[in-house]
Amino acid sequence: MSDDPRYICAECGHECSLSQSNKIQCTECGYRVLYKKRTKNIIQFEAR
Amino acid sequence: MSSAVDRKKRFVELKSNRIEHPSSISFPPVGAYEHEDVFSIEKFQKTFKVQVIKLTDDHIEFDFVGIDAALANAIRRILLAEVPTMAIENVYVKNNTSVLHDELLCHRLGLIPIYADPRQFDFKFAEDEATDINTIVLSLNVKCTHNPSAPAGASDPNVRYINSTAFSRDIKWVPQGPQAERFAEDPIRPVHDAIEIIRLRPGQELDIDMHCVKGIGKIHAKWSPVSTAFYRIMPQIDILKPIPSELVDKFVDCFSPGVMTVSTDSKTGTKTVSVANARNDSMSREVMRHPEFADSVRISRVRDHFIFSVESVGMLPSAVLVQESIKVLREKAMRVKLELNQLITNSNGETGAGDADVSEAS
Repeated sequence: MSDDPRYICAECGHECSLSQSNKIQCTECGYRVLYKKRTKNIIQFEAR
Repeated sequence: MSSAVDRKKRFVELKSNRIEHPSSISFPPVGAYEHEDVFSIEKFQKTFKVQVIKLTDDHIEFDFVGIDAALANAIRRILLAEVPTMAIENVYVKNNTSVLHDELLCHRLGLIPIYADPRQFDFKFAEDEATDINTIVLSLNVKCTHNPSAPAGASDPNVRYINSTAFSRDIKWVPQGPQAERFAEDPIRPVHDAIEIIRLRPGQELDIDMHCVKGIGKIHAKWSPVSTAFYRIMPQIDILKPIPSELVDKFVDCFSPGVMTVSTDSKTGTKTVSVANARNDSMSREVMRHPEFADSVRISRVRDHFIFSVESVGMLPSAVLVQESIKVLREKAMRVKLELNQLITNSNGETGAGDADVSEAS
């Protein structure tokens, strides 16, 4: 689980995993905006 | 009985600035009318008439004659809000990378009409487990990709991409237990194939499971089985004095097409007008704007003649919906009767008084 990539670069779409000490930066292109990946859990909603 | 009083009972009079005596007479305030007008089940059974005017699976037009507005309106309201259908209620989102938020997407899914006979299913209450008799499972799994065989320079998303739109037809039924056999003849599916759920672009994906349950329109409009259910009250137009020949065309234009018919005398060329089909009139009362027609015409509605129009969403034929609505009304009446009976037995037990009886109410 911990090794799974947990962030997506907003610039190049690369999926990267960061640890606490890492800078918040894409490991491929250096872009500083990263999105958190969606949970793999199923989410329940009411269709209303 | 004077004819004026008789008219008052049978017709609702439309005047230029008001509607006269609109109230029902079947349930009058005490002493307002003679006893004979009060609703009785025997009289109702004798005089009540139903006539089907148009009938398709999607639409029914029928007349109820000899019914009180309270009952006609009850049937209309039950059609809108209390005839059950199946609709998507719980949505389990495994993946949604589309531009629409999960919540909004789920709301859209809920509104898609599902072709399933609600009479084959039970209501699922909060404490109930989901079983094959109260739940339908559906799944939606769509992924948009580039179309490798698209011609270079194509700009139409439908050509450039595969699955550029998720349609209602992409929702697949997942039969549970014996459902596959029970509904083999008429499989469960969305009523319409080409409802756009959402547009997708390459890389975007939907992976969703849905549970449909039985419900009623009162709880949420997605369960309402009708797209429209309304009635009009039968128009009645009386021409009180002859319309002068030169004004006939103007007179005819005051009404909806087909309401009036004109006959021309072949010798003198004089035109006379008569009512052909008052049913078609929109009751615009346009004729009352013209002073030359002031005393020539009387416009009213037949108080106990209801022209129903019911359009089904598609899960049940329109005629079946009307039957179901009447069943719901009967159940309600039975419940009231039961309660009243209990009330009477209880009070009799306390006071020891008389033989009170609840008349047949249905």
